[in-house]
Amino acid sequence: MKEPDASANPPVDGTELIRFEQVTKRFGANTILDRLDFSVNSGKHVTLIGPSGSGKTTILRLLMTLLKPDEGTITVAGEKLFPAPEKQIREVRKGIGMVFQQFNLFPNMSVLRNITEAPVTVLGLSKDEAEARARELLEMVGLADKCDARPTQLSGGQQQRVAIARALAMRPQVLLLDEVTSALDPELVAGVLDVLRDIARSTDITMLCVTHEMNFARDISDQVLMFDSGRVIESGSPEKMFNDPENDRTREFLSAVL
Amino acid sequence: MTSGLWELVLQGIWVTVQLLVLSALVAAAVAFGVGMARTHRLWIVRFLAGVYTEVFRGTSALIMIFWVFFVLPVAFGWQLVPLWAGTLALGLTYGAYGAEIVRGALNSVDPAQREGGIALSFTPWQRMRLILLPQAVPEMIPSFTNLLVELLKGTALVSITGMGDLAFSANLVRLALQQSAEIYTYILLIYFVIAFLLTRGMRGLERKLKAGVGKPVGRTPDQELHRPETTGVGAAGSLGGVGAGGASS
Amino acid sequence: MTWDWGAVADFMPHFWDGLLLTLRILALGSLISFALGLVWALLMRTPTRWVRWPVGVVTEFIRNTPLLVQLFFLFYVLPEWGVTASALTTGVFAIGLHYSTYTMQVYRAGIEAVPAGQWEAATALNLPVARTWRVVILPQAIRRVVPALGNYVIAMLKDTPILMTITVMEMLGEARLFAQENFQFTEPLTVIGVAFILIAYPASLLVRALERRLVS
Repeated sequence: MKEPDASANPPVDGTELIRFEQVTKRFGANTILDRLDFSVNSGKHVTLIGPSGSGKTTILRLLMTLLKPDEGTITVAGEKLFPAPEKQIREVRKGIGMVFQQFNLFPNMSVLRNITEAPVTVLGLSKDEAEARARELLEMVGLADKCDARPTQLSGGQQQRVAIARALAMRPQVLLLDEVTSALDPELVAGVLDVLRDIARSTDITMLCVTHEMNFARDISDQVLMFDSGRVIESGSPEKMFNDPENDRTREFLSAVL
Repeated sequence: MTSGLWELVLQGIWVTVQLLVLSALVAAAVAFGVGMARTHRLWIVRFLAGVYTEVFRGTSALIMIFWVFFVLPVAFGWQLVPLWAGTLALGLTYGAYGAEIVRGALNSVDPAQREGGIALSFTPWQRMRLILLPQAVPEMIPSFTNLLVELLKGTALVSITGMGDLAFSANLVRLALQQSAEIYTYILLIYFVIAFLLTRGMRGLERKLKAGVGKPVGRTPDQELHRPETTGVGAAGSLGGVGAGGASS
Repeated sequence: MTWDWGAVADFMPHFWDGLLLTLRILALGSLISFALGLVWALLMRTPTRWVRWPVGVVTEFIRNTPLLVQLFFLFYVLPEWGVTASALTTGVFAIGLHYSTYTMQVYRAGIEAVPAGQWEAATALNLPVARTWRVVILPQAIRRVVPALGNYVIAMLKDTPILMTITVMEMLGEARLFAQENFQFTEPLTVIGVAFILIAYPASLLVRALERRLVS
């Protein structure tokens, strides 16, 4: 089980899992990421904070291969994600799961099938195996009774918990969380965050999290990265970042959001 | 009218129905093949599919029919059975309009759905089959219904080549009776009834499919303004806005 | 396959005649369909269903039956009833009438797309109904419908060859006559096929550009 101290983690832990080298991403004339370097060690829970437009979400979308960088290389578990042939990208992608701000559940499938479809067609699990796994995960997120419901029949918070279960059903090494509570009504946020806290505590999955929920970030993070204008301007443990930041921009930002 | 003449009309109905079913099948195959190709990630595939739709939508269905009936046999030595010649001409032409419907509906699926599929490591074809098509097909149905009625009307064009469809039978009866009002009224009514049955059937299908994705049935005024298909030989409107409900506004 | 440029050259004078007639049919047919379609659309908004119902049934009927058969109906039946008109007049009227049942839907959608607030504002200003239509609703509706009407003009263009069947010598009529006289089908049919694409494709690009400018 997971401790904040890196030395207490399993052997795989502590090795470098994700690496961005000199990654640049532009949208038109705007440079969103500017020769960005950073790495994440396996098993770590890393939270990206910073003003909106600072490129946090872009990092997650690059890792999920929803975007391609303009320059630089991205490596995951020693395999290049960019630049790489399509086949390799697809292979690396299997180790990465993502939970989106807008859930992105498939409305044409039941809750259960949303979760089982990819394990069956992509990983080649048998239908029974996938269903058993899905039911276990639904149990974990507190929605065991919603197997046969349609996504549109669920509340936003429930949909997001299904989306988390769906991502975990692929047993990814890395879980990307992209502002997963910002589309939810305030009273539904806690339920989703509790589920994520549970996962952070009970698994050694590597998490990259973009969030505006600073208390949540403080609870689950091993490391917090502060972004501004496409670069990491400060990083450190949550204790240090939230209690005693060094950079003026970090201090300014945190005093505005806390 | 004598029973012999009614028999001519019945035979005409049968030919029209056969032609309608066969050319609808060809058109559907073309529509899905070309329509999906227009969303392909390789530009050359998109380009070729685009050329196909522009050429076949650009020319008139009647000219296509003339081409298949009179030019193919002379120029290439391909003499097709009339039923197949008519099926080919109508299927290729109306398929091009259908391709625009398919493309528009695929493009109107929320891009987040595609991203959800990528995040689960689906291949492009799996995304198409499991996520995009099941959501896009119900959106296509109202436009396909219109196109099917246009295709029914288009089948009458083959009568010009001497094929014994419903419209042709009207001509024979007119010549036999030396009067026109009665038979043409009947023939128009028969076409109308077939169109009505088609529309009803398609509406039932739409209701069934949309229940599967939790969407309301019918079209909005905005969709009406963006109808990509139309009459006789169909319209030019490409517009990709089928079922997009305000995609362009 | 053989291709005879000589036949193309021989056909070209006939082609220009046919093209000119096709464009005349298109212009007149468009005008009829625009005007008649607006009449249908406005009649469909009258308060009494004794008007709406028959107009709805008749236009639905025309829209769902083949133009070709309607054309024959007008061409053969009207003279039996004592109404005589030239083939060209009959054809132009048939095509205009047929397409008016489509343009009426375009007008209707355009009218419905004008926000309800516009009606409310006109009422609040105490504008008379006719004035509201003329200066508030229709100007906003027309702007939205222009591209859709343009699409139907292009569709109508591609239906003009049907008039050949009642002896109107538009492009296909000219091509067929030439083919029968010279036993050369490939060249004239290909020439007019290409001509249709050369007219219809730029026209549809124009409509798309209009749509981007006027609708959004």
